Amino acid sequence: MSKPRPYDDVPGTTVFDERMSRKGYHLNQFCMSLMKPENRARFKADQRAYLAEWAMTDEQKQAVIDRDYNGLLSLGGNIYFLAKIFACDGLSFQYAASTMTGMSEEDYLSMMLSGGRSPEGNRSKSEWK
Amino acid sequence: MARITSGVGVSHVPAIGRAIDTGQTQTPYWKPLFDGFEFSRAWEEAEKPDVIFLVYNDHATAFSLDFIPTFAIGCADSFEVADEGFGPRPVPRVEGCPDLAWHIASSVIQQDFDLTVVNKMDVDHGLTVPMSLMFGQPERWPCRVIPFAVNVVLYPVPSGRRCYALGKAIRRAIESFDEDLNVQIWGTGGMSHQLQGPRAGLINQPWDQAFLRDIAVDPLRLAAIPPEEYIREAGSEGIELVMWLIMRGALNEKVEVLHQHYRVPASNTAVGHIILKQA
Repeated sequence: MSKPRPYDDVPGTTVFDERMSRKGYHLNQFCMSLMKPENRARFKADQRAYLAEWAMTDEQKQAVIDRDYNGLLSLGGNIYFLAKIFACDGLSFQYAASTMTGMSEEDYLSMMLSGGRSPEGNRSKSEWK
Repeated sequence: MARITSGVGVSHVPAIGRAIDTGQTQTPYWKPLFDGFEFSRAWEEAEKPDVIFLVYNDHATAFSLDFIPTFAIGCADSFEVADEGFGPRPVPRVEGCPDLAWHIASSVIQQDFDLTVVNKMDVDHGLTVPMSLMFGQPERWPCRVIPFAVNVVLYPVPSGRRCYALGKAIRRAIESFDEDLNVQIWGTGGMSHQLQGPRAGLINQPWDQAFLRDIAVDPLRLAAIPPEEYIREAGSEGIELVMWLIMRGALNEKVEVLHQHYRVPASNTAVGHIILKQA
């Protein structure tokens, strides 16, 4: 077991450290490949066939198919890499962030317009129990 | 001799680039944000910098998980605008300043900061959005740019203290370059924002305002902030603000605040901007 980190107590947050990076190497490199238009076209044409070319776990592949971004974060995905998937889908960072919070895009947008999520009550896992 | 005349802090949200590129800057959502940069564009037109030393972070664009340099300096003649997954932004190619960049690389490495030298690198919104905010939409950028990429993606990221000290080393390097150049240093990214997980959307306005105040008057307080405080108080992506400390470290102890601006939201992010002149 690796040692606990000072940021482990921050709720609803996955810090991309070496624990996550080692888990997510192939997943993130797959995401990176979507920066090339020809790869985006192949991925869109047959997602499972494209994913089969990558040494990812079945769980990671399914989470990509499901666009389950919280799942992908827990499986070692980093948000800037995962952004290549929703960019490929033509979706915004705001949309993707809303799906991770369990809010509708509309509710999320109105939270942001009224100043965003307050840090009050969101600093420690003990406040989320 | 080359001299650093001013420092600029500015956020680099991708949605700002999209708003500029698609002509949305005067909509009710975006206008208040862009109004805060009118001063800055007029100021840059008068200042006519020769070179921008532009501190930013690569967002999984030039650097995948194959190589992750902590500090990387772009020494190429020019840098292409990256395709980040939806085609490159319609902005000019970035012209580098290899003579000065190589000089800085040599000098800073000899001051014990182990930089990675980069000869080929596409630049993403982290670099191009600040350029658009400060210079508008010209046919060609009006100055040369030295891209300086900092890892704030894979933890551990460099501390604020190290970034501040690095700024001082960069200043010594620039001031020992034997050509009369007006150099600005920019620190980009931030302010508070979290793009991931159930806590996405976090914004901490009082924390940001204190940061904007102290980047001018008390940078040593900011340099002592540990990474977990950025994550807890300013969101997981708020850590980008350590890059402003490289900018600040390169300036005089005393600076004059020429302009500042703060706006929530731009997409998921609190946007901060400050112009500091050597006093």
